[in-house]
Amino acid sequence: MINETRPEQFENHSPATRFLSRIHLDSLLLAGLLLLSLLSLLILYSTSGQHIDTLLRQATRIAIAFSAMLLIAQIHPNHIKRYAINLYLIGIALLLAVLFFGEIGKGAQRWLDLGFFRFQPSEMIKITTPIAIAWYFSEHSIPPRWKEFFIASLLVAIPTILIAKQPDLGTAILIASSGAAVFFFAGISWRIILSSCSVLIALLPVLWHFMHDYQRARVLTFLNPESDPLGKGYHIIQSKIAIGSGGLYGKGWLASTQAKLDFLPERSTDFIFAVFAEEFGLWGCLCLLFLYLLITLRALYIAVEAQDTFSRLLAGSLSFTFFVYVFVNIGMVIGLLPVVGVPLPLISYGGTSMVTLLIGFGILMSIHTHKSLLPH
Amino acid sequence: MPQHFALQNIYSENRLFLSRIVVIFSLILLLLTALIVRLVYLQISGHEYYSTQANNNRIKVSTLPPTRGIIYDRYGKILAENIPAYSLELTPELTPDIDETLTRLKRLLNLTEERVNQFKQQLPRHRSFDSIPLLMKMDDATVARFAVMQHEYPGVDIHARLIRHYPYGKIGAHLVGYVGRINEKELKALSETDYKGTHTLGKTGIEKTYESELHGSPGHAEIETNAQLRPIKTLKSEPPTAGKDLQLSVDIELQRIASHAFKNHSGAVVAIEIATGDILTMLSYPGFDPNPFSSGISTTAYNALQHSDQKPLFDRALRGQYPPGSTLKPFIGLAGLQFGLTQINTTLFCPGYYQLPNVSHRYRDWKTWGHGLVTLNDAIVQSCDVYFYDLARTLGIDRIHQFLGQFGFGQKTGIDLIGEKSGTLPSRAWKRQHKKLPWYPGETLITGIGQGFMQTTPLQLAVATATLANQGILVKPHLLKQDTPFNNNSTNPKTDLNPTYIRDIINSMINVVHTPKGTAYKLSKNIAFKIAGKTGTAQVFTVKQKEKYDAKKLTSKLLDHALFIAFAPAKSPKIAVAVIVENGGHGGTTAAPIAKKIITAYLNKNAAL
Repeated sequence: MINETRPEQFENHSPATRFLSRIHLDSLLLAGLLLLSLLSLLILYSTSGQHIDTLLRQATRIAIAFSAMLLIAQIHPNHIKRYAINLYLIGIALLLAVLFFGEIGKGAQRWLDLGFFRFQPSEMIKITTPIAIAWYFSEHSIPPRWKEFFIASLLVAIPTILIAKQPDLGTAILIASSGAAVFFFAGISWRIILSSCSVLIALLPVLWHFMHDYQRARVLTFLNPESDPLGKGYHIIQSKIAIGSGGLYGKGWLASTQAKLDFLPERSTDFIFAVFAEEFGLWGCLCLLFLYLLITLRALYIAVEAQDTFSRLLAGSLSFTFFVYVFVNIGMVIGLLPVVGVPLPLISYGGTSMVTLLIGFGILMSIHTHKSLLPH
Repeated sequence: MPQHFALQNIYSENRLFLSRIVVIFSLILLLLTALIVRLVYLQISGHEYYSTQANNNRIKVSTLPPTRGIIYDRYGKILAENIPAYSLELTPELTPDIDETLTRLKRLLNLTEERVNQFKQQLPRHRSFDSIPLLMKMDDATVARFAVMQHEYPGVDIHARLIRHYPYGKIGAHLVGYVGRINEKELKALSETDYKGTHTLGKTGIEKTYESELHGSPGHAEIETNAQLRPIKTLKSEPPTAGKDLQLSVDIELQRIASHAFKNHSGAVVAIEIATGDILTMLSYPGFDPNPFSSGISTTAYNALQHSDQKPLFDRALRGQYPPGSTLKPFIGLAGLQFGLTQINTTLFCPGYYQLPNVSHRYRDWKTWGHGLVTLNDAIVQSCDVYFYDLARTLGIDRIHQFLGQFGFGQKTGIDLIGEKSGTLPSRAWKRQHKKLPWYPGETLITGIGQGFMQTTPLQLAVATATLANQGILVKPHLLKQDTPFNNNSTNPKTDLNPTYIRDIINSMINVVHTPKGTAYKLSKNIAFKIAGKTGTAQVFTVKQKEKYDAKKLTSKLLDHALFIAFAPAKSPKIAVAVIVENGGHGGTTAAPIAKKIITAYLNKNAAL
């Protein structure tokens, strides 16, 4: 019986931890994620102008997302593996549906209206792509060679291009990087890595050619924020002022002046880190980064501990993608990266990306708590 | 596979994976360090600089919206301008409780529920320091009532804004169009930067067609403010570029004359200057007052317009499609001459009906007892249907279709106005495609008198008339007055129409107005020049062939449309006119006088110049 949990594994843990493992949750990850959610409510209370309604809505979303995580954690990784390719194909089909019947919101086609609720297939793709790649590599000899590399690249390229077409550059980058992470963990040779990187760099001018005008504008604005003082460049300038004026200790909770009086229309969503930095200062930022680092490390540890190739690759990719999320968002808010529209994991206001992230953590927890007896 | 080999494999795989985890971990630390270095740079080294910017001075970028271009008529009369009006505006970030403020304002100023809801919908698309109009146009009493209580409404102010005004009101409503509040759907298609600070855009007519020219582009000012957001000084400003002023080819005085000429009936008039293609008049009657639209029309007022029996919002001149009726006869006659099937003096006996060989069905003439022996000239002058039944039969639908096409029937004229309809010029192919049926011979006959499937817009009819007057060279109508005079001969291909035949047809059209037997003879009184014209009566309903006897009865119930086409002076034509009076009965009685008024006014004015 390889599908059975081994209770004695947790014998030397506290009763609470033991209970959590029985419902397939990891206590350390859960603690970190709950702490982040709490922080999210704290900052949203400030950015929303102390609106209780906003907090209640966000709390509802948090509850839904955590329920989704709990549910997913019950599924044995082997089941996920068995349906990997089906899930992947369903995701692609939904993406195509968006392309043809999707609703256009803010100039981009991302939503599929299912009547009772609106659904963003690109969110699902964020999970199904690494699952499919991990499944593919685990079915073939490791490390992958050129042939496996090409087929897997195709599996990543299809959803990435479809999403970049919507156009949603931020999500496309996250999906590509989640795929690339699986490649890397699968032990792809450095030679392949270096040669494909150089090909990608050579392709950049071609990519530029196919970009939408507004995407080009964003890149140009990033290179020279002053060029668009009415638009995106203004966000960056303003967010820098907010962060910089926060200083070492910050202005204190609810005391941010810049973020409140100013000009960040997305201060509750993509630019929430600017408010955090203004109110809690460098120390606060370091603590937040440390918290993110701890969660990432715990997730990577789960990957190391995983028992089969599929789980290991998937766990590795999910952990790394989580960190990429954090890096891309904060990098964008502090002016290191272009504004691509990625929320700050678990802190930004909004439900869709939180559910996806926590489903990812649900998978990680499932991998960690569904251990089987193996001959040593 | 031997087990030790498999274990070996697992072992090396584990080692590889671990080494990769180490690399990723280092990468994560590296990226994290980059974030921290940047944060230290911003929050420690840059702290003083950014604090100064944040605490003492704030730089606010405000948009300076452009002034919309003014629309003039051909003589420089203003058709659309911007006038200052007091608007009531609310700035979200300065208003402590928006919902509560709105509730109180609603009570104070008797705002409608709908207005308040519209405003709430607009809120999310504005930045919190934007001043958003709640009322676009306040009358003096409202201004006074609010001014007294203003201290109780922080964040709510009275502003002077420019709003669009149409001095001629309903006379130019369809043509000039109107501006209205930008709706959600339009917003998605608009450039965010260009329309920042602008709350309205062209919805119909010239205002819509030339939106990009009229709009201009906004400027912006960087304003330094103190912590209370009071402006201290303007640091940098780039003035807005005003929209382009447009001069139309339309003469608003002619338009007014046309409008006053209509009484109880609905209808449309289009007048074209033949040499240039300038549209002189393009009127759809009844009109509507476009001014409430620019200050935010209420749903009640809009619904009243929308559901009125007379359909005032419908642009009949551009979009109304009517059977041309007998006004098509000069063109069919010309086709007969051109194809050598008849001469201007060829006679035919009209007994009051026409029959196809071996078919018992009788196609009736409007004159039940018949016109007797008629020539083509007589047939045009008296509008004999039988002559044209016969001519249409010998021409056949294919030749009719091909010939009428060169006068612009069945195709959009390409006028610079959005929403034009193309009418219908039927053919075998058209019927197969749209009705899934073959072409029947009887349909050729009724096409010959401008009934059946044939449909034209008033604009098309005017263009066809102008083209006939222009020796068959297609006239391209346009509303924008062009700087370079438009030259028909160089820009348009010559036609192979025989000038003699055109002269014959024009002579017959002169006879319609200037000989006692002509259907528009009443027009010839008291005029100093000659008019070439043709009357028409168009059936409103497609009457089944067997019910054709009821046509008279329908006319008496005033259900037919009256039409008249004309150009003048007949020998050297300058202006071409098409008039349609809905349910106006006979063309010579109701439609022709309207055309005469316009032609007379135009010729008098241009003789004086």
